[in-house]
Amino acid sequence: MRPITYLRATDTATAVAAVSTDPTSDFLAGGTTEVDLLRQDVLNPRRLVDINDLPLAGIEGTPEGGLRIGALARMSEVAAAPVVRERFPLIAQALELGASAQLRNMASMGGNLLQRVRCSYFRDAESPCNKRDPGTGCSAIEGFSRGHAVLGTSEHCIATHPSDVAVALVALDARVHTLGPNGERTHAIDDFFLLPGDSPHREHPLEHGELITAIEVPAAPVARHSLYLKVRDRESYEFALVSVAAALSVMDGTIAEVRVALGGVATKPWRARRAEDFLVGATVRRDDFAMAARVELADARPTPMNAFKVELAQRAIIRALDMLSDGTGTGPAPRPGIGSPS
Amino acid sequence: MSTPGPALTQPGTARAERGPGPVRVRLSVNGTEHTLDIEPRVSLLDALRERLDLTGAKRGCDQGTCGACTVWVDGRRVLACLTLAMSCEGHEITTVEGLSQDGEPHPMQQAFVEQDAFQCGYCTPGQIMSAVALIAEGHAGDDAEIKEWMSGNICRCAAYPHIRAAIRAVRDQT
Ligand SMILES: Cc1cc2nc3c(=O)[nH]c(=O)nc-3n(C[C@H](O)[C@H](O)[C@H](O)COP(=O)(O)OP(=O)(O)OC[C@H]3O[C@@H](n4cnc5c(N)ncnc54)[C@H](O)[C@@H]3O)c2cc1C
Ligand code: SF4
Ligand code: FES
Ligand code: FES
Repeated sequence: MRPITYLRATDTATAVAAVSTDPTSDFLAGGTTEVDLLRQDVLNPRRLVDINDLPLAGIEGTPEGGLRIGALARMSEVAAAPVVRERFPLIAQALELGASAQLRNMASMGGNLLQRVRCSYFRDAESPCNKRDPGTGCSAIEGFSRGHAVLGTSEHCIATHPSDVAVALVALDARVHTLGPNGERTHAIDDFFLLPGDSPHREHPLEHGELITAIEVPAAPVARHSLYLKVRDRESYEFALVSVAAALSVMDGTIAEVRVALGGVATKPWRARRAEDFLVGATVRRDDFAMAARVELADARPTPMNAFKVELAQRAIIRALDMLSDGTGTGPAPRPGIGSPS
Repeated sequence: MSTPGPALTQPGTARAERGPGPVRVRLSVNGTEHTLDIEPRVSLLDALRERLDLTGAKRGCDQGTCGACTVWVDGRRVLACLTLAMSCEGHEITTVEGLSQDGEPHPMQQAFVEQDAFQCGYCTPGQIMSAVALIAEGHAGDDAEIKEWMSGNICRCAAYPHIRAAIRAVRDQT
């Protein structure tokens, strides 16, 4: 790990100015990605600008029925917030099924969206990797690719986007608010995550030094009946092989509104629009769920090692929709908030 | 080793860039204030173990995957290996050494002994820090919940059933 300098920012303008005027500065929030990758020599900023004292930790329901989450709200706090559990069970579930209790106490929502891929070639700081070291090639395509993506890939990178909560947020058309050197911007969440194409090192439309201030989730009554299903190699404390964020509303036996997004299978949190289009107006039948899932995965480009994900993703979509339509998939029961040990 | 100027620790100068050489940092650990000169890149885990001789928190993986380094910052369980020591200035740190009171082990420590909740003991301080927090959080309802909310603490000796027994014992005392 290289030496670094440290600056604690006390207001957003100073934080943005400090990082945007210095290409070798990075923001530091929970540090669960930044410190980890600094230590592996994958990231090598000269200076960290600690943003944890900035007043960006609020979690509020909006009068319209949506949500505004400060960039520094911790995963654990957001998951425990009654307004989140009530209005958006899929967000609370995606958060609680991610990482561990300790990590969720540390990790911020802004940092979560910007976490880096778990591809072992990216993380080893040595192998050729277009994301870490543009132009060097992709070691995963011919290498160990069991956990890699089958959707949204390119010949330059096939790494899976690792975030769980981003999958729920993509299903909900969230917006990411930022403050950059040129003022405030709002990014539609689907545009916030870039496909690798021929520049996998570019993952977001953010300028250097552009600070995420808040995540806004618009009202979506359908989300009250929603879930996050995560399939993985071990039952807890593990990234997804496949995950599904889904919300469903049924009227007179036909699907009135549906949201589906996939994690673990794509290079960005994947909104399953083809499946949604197929399902709206369809009947609540397993055959229709299966057809929707097939349509969504039609363009999958697996490697020999991760071909199983194409089938697994379809089954997970069907399972999620089944659970929502037979009533086993409502939100988590509200639990008491997080206390502090004494 | 560069000498940290005293001005670096004065209130009101927190915005100044500090490092990359050793700088003076004040940490409050288990209720005691410590002043130490460390580089900004030093993790809380290394500061505790190497500088303050608080070797309870263990280094298992140093990358957030095992939980052996679990401590509390402001009463919340976190991983000391992914926390920079400097970022803890102004916050209260609690390690396993801070659990006992008046020379008596914490009930969770007692329960770990009684339930035989460890073999090699390497993961144990992290398990105990997590376990006490777990009960305070209200996440020790049943075994399934305990399993899920303790999953951030790996035990290579697989003492899990006994760890859960210790947690149940303390939960049912209160
Ligand atoms: C062992 C392990 C297991 C994990 N498992 C999961 C999992 O199952 N599911 C999951 O979703 N995640 C998982 N994670 C990832 C974890 O959720 C992220 O590391 C975390 O959310 C990042 O947030 P942070 O606040 O710690 O960010 P940091 O590490 O502080 O920052 C991450 C990046 O974002 C930048 N940044 C931070 N905040 C802002 C901001 N407000 N504006 C602009 N830039 C910013 C930083 O400069 C840095 O580049 C896991 C991590 C570990 C270590
Ligand atoms: S998949 Fe992407 S991150 Fe992994 S080695 Fe290839 S280019 Fe790098
Ligand atoms: S040493 Fe911190 S999680 Fe393993
Ligand atoms: S007792 Fe040996 S690792 Fe847990």
